[in-house]
Amino acid sequence: MSLTQQIENTVQNTFDPEVLTLENESDQHAGPAPESHFKLTLVSAEFNGQSRVKRHQAVYKALASLMPQFHALALHTYTPEEWTQRGQAPDSPPCQGGH
Amino acid sequence: MSDQEQEILARIDEQVKNNPVVLYMKGTPQMPTCGFSSRTAEALVNTGEKFAFVNILADPLIMEHLPKYQEWPTFPQLYIDGELQGGCDITLEMAESGELKKMMAEANAKQQETA
Repeated sequence: MSLTQQIENTVQNTFDPEVLTLENESDQHAGPAPESHFKLTLVSAEFNGQSRVKRHQAVYKALASLMPQFHALALHTYTPEEWTQRGQAPDSPPCQGGH
Repeated sequence: MSDQEQEILARIDEQVKNNPVVLYMKGTPQMPTCGFSSRTAEALVNTGEKFAFVNILADPLIMEHLPKYQEWPTFPQLYIDGELQGGCDITLEMAESGELKKMMAEANAKQQETA
């Protein structure tokens, strides 16, 4: 299974999300790794009443075993209500070759 | 936990508690070496408020142990008034809503009162 699929499966099973978008942004970055930079947009009722820090910590915890395999994860977490107001996640910054 | 790890975590704790606003980043605000650190530092600079930063590339032990400090595995990390606020994505959302400047200003003012 590709890393992308493993991330998707883990997130799907943990958060039962209404929206799950995992974009592989590795081609925008320095270095040859094809699966190094990801952007995850997640809309889930699980986030109701949670601070942003708590939401991100929950995602990092769920992905703990996979995280050593990639360099960056841009994370955008919303409750269904926030998502209705917002409708899209912001763009990720370009990498500058550092590590 | 090894002695070294305890010592580093204590040092991080001191930095976080002694600075109203501190950003752990790759590189410096003038010369960031990662897009995420760059955008985060830029958002802080744009508030016009004072902040401290730690270049984790210059301090590999901090880079190694910082993820354990608040169970936050990635960089950059922003702390205001001793509390982890988050990484790049959260900082940019806070900047957009105006919350970032407000929180930084409050933390800086609070330190001046007690100084």
